[in-house]
Amino acid sequence: MNCALEITGLRKTYKGGMEALKGVDLKVKEGDFYALLGPNGAGKSTTIGIIASLINKSSGSVKVFGYDLDTQISDVKKQLGLVPQEFNFNQFETVLQIVVNQAGYYGVKRSIAKERAEKYLTQLGLWDKRNDRARTLSGGMKRRLLIARALLHEPRLLILDEPTAGVDIELRRSMWEFLKKINREGVTIILTTHYLEEAEMLCRNIGIIDKGEIIENTSMKSLLSKLNVETFVLDMAPIEGPINLTSVVMRQLDDHTIEVDVLKEEGLNKVFTELTEQGHKVLSMRNKANRLEELFVHLVEQGRMTEETA
Amino acid sequence: MVNLIHFNALKTIWIKECTRFLRIWIQTLVPPAITMTLYFVIFGNLIGERIGEMGGVSYMEFIVPGLIMMSVITNSYSNVASSFFSAKFQRNIEEMLVAPVSNLTIILGYVGGGVARATLVAIIVSLVSSFFVPLNIQSYSMIIVTVLLTATLFSLAGLLNAIFAKSFDDISIIPTFILTPLTYLGGVFYSITLLPEFWQSVSKINPIIYMVNGFRAGFIGVSDVAPSIAIMVLVAFNVAFLTLAWMLLKRGTGIRT
Repeated sequence: MNCALEITGLRKTYKGGMEALKGVDLKVKEGDFYALLGPNGAGKSTTIGIIASLINKSSGSVKVFGYDLDTQISDVKKQLGLVPQEFNFNQFETVLQIVVNQAGYYGVKRSIAKERAEKYLTQLGLWDKRNDRARTLSGGMKRRLLIARALLHEPRLLILDEPTAGVDIELRRSMWEFLKKINREGVTIILTTHYLEEAEMLCRNIGIIDKGEIIENTSMKSLLSKLNVETFVLDMAPIEGPINLTSVVMRQLDDHTIEVDVLKEEGLNKVFTELTEQGHKVLSMRNKANRLEELFVHLVEQGRMTEETA
Repeated sequence: MVNLIHFNALKTIWIKECTRFLRIWIQTLVPPAITMTLYFVIFGNLIGERIGEMGGVSYMEFIVPGLIMMSVITNSYSNVASSFFSAKFQRNIEEMLVAPVSNLTIILGYVGGGVARATLVAIIVSLVSSFFVPLNIQSYSMIIVTVLLTATLFSLAGLLNAIFAKSFDDISIIPTFILTPLTYLGGVFYSITLLPEFWQSVSKINPIIYMVNGFRAGFIGVSDVAPSIAIMVLVAFNVAFLTLAWMLLKRGTGIRT
């Protein structure tokens, strides 16, 4: 297995003694689309900051495509593209200046940088805005500019720290499509996000970090398979008379909606049978909550309870 | 050395810096021209006529090199101090920190921007002064070397200020309380030979004396200090400031957590 990222025993203690990372071990395979999730203050941004050499680590090792951050920092940086959480470009520069300059810092010639700028800005719908100053762009455009800027030197590993924060759903979906496309083209992607639906939709593997430690590192499939109960919302024809479901826990929300908690091994057949027998008609059905969100909350809470009882 | 300086990155930083000060030319290039015109009119023309000769030339001719050098000092300093601090403040310095750009490349790129602005301002101020007094240049090489070394030195000083600065106030404290007094006491408007012997010795601690006089030697061939000493002092300060800036960036002072 070729590793795009290999982190071993990574620790970071800030001045004042705050221990942000307590020995993080993490491997991300080449070509992967990996989600790094965690509550606020869990250590995600510190981890990313260390990989991108914006934060000095206290101890541990970081390797990017086999290059060691301590001894081969230039090679590590060349492999890496970073999309930070905040808009950290010069607001007074134009879109084109920002991306072409960024390529220049990586040693890309200006003529080549301009060709690539046209390619990526066009793909991200920003080419028409190339001569506009960054501060005049909308929030969504600024987010896309961060992505274009990170791609100009054509990195093999792209790290995105909450790339769709504050972006409307339509734009978010178009960004997802773009990220899927570059992942198919061979770019390994690590994503942090608060939209767990986003992680579930995009990522093949997932790591959950809390209080500076990785508490889960597995494939999305196997993580989701841990979920025993799913909640479904059933839209009914006007409910007349009582509903008694023996196989599941049921809540009636109003005169045409019910919610049922279904054990994975039980399935929904019994529910439909009972409803039909009682003369109720199901018009449509949807999954209530994001499944990953439930698991995420469960895992973080479980980790904290274990810590408290230890 | 090739690994220490990344030429494409250096070119990029330099172009970015030049674009920045040219974009805001009303703030960067026009004020020195206006300020110097006022100096020439008030000190040179009105008061200067009553002073008479200094150093064997008219007072106006005597102060021209000092005034040009004053512009070089303030513009090189403020260019790098404000640009580097803004990059820290807006966090766009991270664009360079995540890329394989060496610390020396960052320093040279910013200093190159400061030197470019200072040189351009020196040309503008020289043109303005030529309206008031004929410029009889004694040594072009001395003028060029002094301007470049002074601009480099104060660009480095501005960079050091910006590295330590935590707020915009911090980048105005040193120019106000240190740089301006040293410049005014650096022999711009007078020859230090006019001072009592004790104050002449004290004045020679001020590095700006060497810059102003080195430059004046190039212009009118008159100087309070030997030109070779002036060059040596400038080179020594440049090496010291460059080494300090390099060590600080290597340690991540002010730029990395």
